[in-house]
Amino acid sequence: MSEAEQMGLSEQIELEKRGIFLTTVEGLYNWGRRSSMWPMMFGLACCAFEMMAAGAPRFDMARFGSELFRASPRQADVMIVCGTVTKKMAPMVVRLYNQMAEPRYVVAMGACAVSGGPFRDGYNVVKGVDTYIPVDVYIPGCPPRPESLLYGWMTLQRLIDGQRLKSVPWYGKDGDTRERPIPQYGPHGLELPEGPAGD
Amino acid sequence: MTAEEVQALRARLEEALGPGAIEEVQESGAIRLRAEMLPAACRYLRDREGFDYLSNLSGVDWIEQGQMEVVYHLYAMRRGEQFFLQGQADGLLGPVVLRVRVPRDEPVVPSVVSIWPSALFQERETYDMFGIRFAGHPDLRRIYLWDEFEDHPLRKDYVPEEA
Repeated sequence: MSEAEQMGLSEQIELEKRGIFLTTVEGLYNWGRRSSMWPMMFGLACCAFEMMAAGAPRFDMARFGSELFRASPRQADVMIVCGTVTKKMAPMVVRLYNQMAEPRYVVAMGACAVSGGPFRDGYNVVKGVDTYIPVDVYIPGCPPRPESLLYGWMTLQRLIDGQRLKSVPWYGKDGDTRERPIPQYGPHGLELPEGPAGD
Repeated sequence: MTAEEVQALRARLEEALGPGAIEEVQESGAIRLRAEMLPAACRYLRDREGFDYLSNLSGVDWIEQGQMEVVYHLYAMRRGEQFFLQGQADGLLGPVVLRVRVPRDEPVVPSVVSIWPSALFQERETYDMFGIRFAGHPDLRRIYLWDEFEDHPLRKDYVPEEA
């Protein structure tokens, strides 16, 4: 710690003693966002049971302000893709993602959501949900234990803490809140429609 | 079922259906029938032998022999209940395994929906996965994959798309 920082810190402690708390707008904003992330009530396969366990008292996701699983994508901040994304389900997953309001985050939970997992070479499974929607945190495991999900949650919180309003893609006039193209059922698998694709 | 029970059943089936209906009785106890004799054999097994339950209907792709096969597993549920309650039953419990082979380039098998309604979805699944068509099925559509899909993924020559 540099001398100036040390000075700043001791000044801050002095101010806090007098009931004055200094922070940045960004710091406060991110603290508020990351301390109350509402996941979407959305389970695809066995990983969903670990997610439910993480929400129940033993692991208690309420400690992270995330006990409120929302049944509507409009009210959710985080989509936990917990389970196998089949090709038949993939359009619905992308549509749900598009319906979420910004800022929105995606956690790929478990081997299937990360890469297709043991079903990767099958005819009916998407090889990782990041084929169609952007993923912020990947949690490996088959299935990951609730502790892993909580660690992924803390990773997501660190990610949000590090975001700067100047550079987040969804903020401001030129904000990029593009919808992801919804894959269509084709004769040999899923096909992306013609037109501008996401990044 | 023991080998003796299968042989006895084979004899009764041949008596009911006429000679040539059974192509082979395999070592496993499976009875291989000529495809056109399947409905008669199934009706006989249900009405005369008491096999009232089609537990399983699935397909096999014999790509080297150029054939498609449908496998049926039958149980006698009423006698099974008897066996459960009284410790013995007055007849066979099952499973009777029937097999039917058809040419791979034109795989059409008579439907057994009119004999066991439980074949309704199982024949649709076998059609979905193997492309075997069931003549007389009331609603032969894909069941798991979407209607626009053209392949049959459990065929041995199926190549999954690269994506």
